[in-house]
Amino acid sequence: MQMTDDDPIKFRCQGVNVWYGDTHAIKDNDIDIHDKSVTAFIGPSGCGKSTFLRCLNRMNDTIDICRVTGTLLLDGDDIYSRDIDPVQLRARVGMVFQKPNPFPKSIYDNVAYGPRIHGLARNRADLDAIVEDSLGAAGLWDEVKDRLAAPGTGLSGGQQQRLCIARAIATKPEVLLMDEPCSALDPIATETVEELIEGLGRRYCVVIVTHSMQQANRISQRTAFFHLGNLVEYDTTDAIFSTPQDERTVGYVSGRFG
Amino acid sequence: MLTWAALAILLLTVAGFLLARNRAVALAGDTPSLLHSRPVYHGGYVALWTAIAGFGLLLLGLIVTNILIGMALYGGLPAGLSEIERDLIVSDGVALSRGTLASRTDEARQAVAALYGRLTTLQIGGLALASVGVAVFTLMRGLGRVAIPFRARTRFERVVQTLLMISAGIAVLTTIGIVASLLGQTLVFFSEIPVLNFLFGTHWSPLSGVHEGAMDPQKVGAIPLFAGTLLITVIAMVVAVPVGLFSAIYLSDFASARARSIIKPMLEILAGIPTVVYGFFAAITVAPFLRDTGAAMGLSVSSESALAAGVVMGIMIIPFISSLSDDVINAVPQSLRDGSYGLGATKAETIRNVILPAALPGIMSAVLLGVSRAIGETMIVVMAAGQGANLTANPLEAVTTVTVQIVALITGDTEASTAAGPAFALGFTLFCITLIFNIWALRLVRKYREVYD
Repeated sequence: MQMTDDDPIKFRCQGVNVWYGDTHAIKDNDIDIHDKSVTAFIGPSGCGKSTFLRCLNRMNDTIDICRVTGTLLLDGDDIYSRDIDPVQLRARVGMVFQKPNPFPKSIYDNVAYGPRIHGLARNRADLDAIVEDSLGAAGLWDEVKDRLAAPGTGLSGGQQQRLCIARAIATKPEVLLMDEPCSALDPIATETVEELIEGLGRRYCVVIVTHSMQQANRISQRTAFFHLGNLVEYDTTDAIFSTPQDERTVGYVSGRFG
Repeated sequence: MLTWAALAILLLTVAGFLLARNRAVALAGDTPSLLHSRPVYHGGYVALWTAIAGFGLLLLGLIVTNILIGMALYGGLPAGLSEIERDLIVSDGVALSRGTLASRTDEARQAVAALYGRLTTLQIGGLALASVGVAVFTLMRGLGRVAIPFRARTRFERVVQTLLMISAGIAVLTTIGIVASLLGQTLVFFSEIPVLNFLFGTHWSPLSGVHEGAMDPQKVGAIPLFAGTLLITVIAMVVAVPVGLFSAIYLSDFASARARSIIKPMLEILAGIPTVVYGFFAAITVAPFLRDTGAAMGLSVSSESALAAGVVMGIMIIPFISSLSDDVINAVPQSLRDGSYGLGATKAETIRNVILPAALPGIMSAVLLGVSRAIGETMIVVMAAGQGANLTANPLEAVTTVTVQIVALITGDTEASTAAGPAFALGFTLFCITLIFNIWALRLVRKYREVYD
């Protein structure tokens, strides 16, 4: 795993706070997320890593009681400013969820969903190309090319998750957020998806929340450790797992708690 | 006398429970765990059988002896009488014996009365004694069986299971009974009137020929009724489906928690209004309003119109559709919404492209259930739609529906046995149509459930 500190910064987050009603879920955190690499968020359940992830594409907006403060800059633009439409932001910052959630539509229509609503294809041939490219990038094309009209919900769990990744790629995002994308998959499907994420990290800014330290170790270049709403430690993945600085990080990565 | 017997059986049941339980407790002594079944099961077992034996014999005995008495009464009548005369004599005799009014009092009737008096005294006394006796016997026998290894729990549970099964069976049997009686009467009607005349005739005036002794097969065409029902149903659905569906979408995806907490109960109140209230709302408020509005615009709107009935019926069905649609829209998993939002879809795009297609089978079934309600709805159309069988597609005219004609036939002046024929035929047709819609709707719901399991 090579050091990639020269990667440009994609997200610059400063003084980020999140409240759910009266609960202070994220406490004044700063983090810079680099482009063209995989950044992993790890930490025990309830530490705020998923909440932080959902700030990056303003998915928290859909929760009424959630309030976000601080500065989150995507390529220098404040994504919480009034000028930014969260709908357009989410087209730039794609998301893959914990549980595979293909729409109850055909495989083709699942992938074509984003391009259609954003008008990315001028004609059917364009759309066909986008669908093929996206499914190819998600490593699913060979498995489904003969049954694009079959329902996406009929695929296996691992295939469904890769379909969801293809669906996210199809909108041509700059950033891919992944919220525990393998936690509902068996080890073999997990391996396939992990390889896929590793490859995507060379082209996109990928941020992945994971419960598995092995997974973070295998696929990410940088790792951020969250604990009780605080970003405790953020460094290269090698550093976090070999020479953690904070007592809490040491405890977590050595398996003493969490 | 029978009341006292029933009371006695009830007391025996309670006594059986207490005695058997205490006996089990006494048998177990200091180590209750010796008993195979808890004492309460011993009590329950004895009590249950006591009640079943006592009340069962009482009920069964009443049914059987009533039949026997009827046979005896008819058997004692002089020969050579018509069926109607025999019926009259027996019912008068029974009335005489009970001390109520009879149409005539002659020798035959007095004889029937005397026989009836003797037989019923015998019946009641005998049944009371026998049922209490059987209850006592069962109680004693049950008490005798209370023992440490006796498996009272399994037996008790088996009896309870059987009772549950019988309860479930009653609903099914009642349905079968209703269908059978509908079918029987309908077949009788169709043996006199050709089915095709009924289904495709366009002139409905079934009782106009009755004075001459028979129905005129040319005047029992139900097409105007079907057309009227269809017209009103269509108007109702044109009102109910968009309003109901839009309000469901608003409630599930746009309304704030506060708005939802106010609107949802209001809609449910709408669903709780008795249809008779909707009926006079339609007849007294909506219909005159439509007539006056129409007059102001130069249209002639009848004071009882399909439009008034249909619109009010649509309002009645709104909560039905909105509440069912709200349920299915809410049942679409949040993960699908998140998936769509996560791709940069707006709320409207998400609803149109993801939520509605996913919820469509459920919404369709809500609509179909709404249709079958509209078809079967009676009070609103009785009051607001009109009586005359008028074959028209103009919603401003009065039309009549299948249900209205059934009401008119059954509550009218004509002898029930004559009017029942067409009423049963209409009822059976209605039953078939709503049954088809309900089955269709249920199948859609089932299909929908399979999507996310």
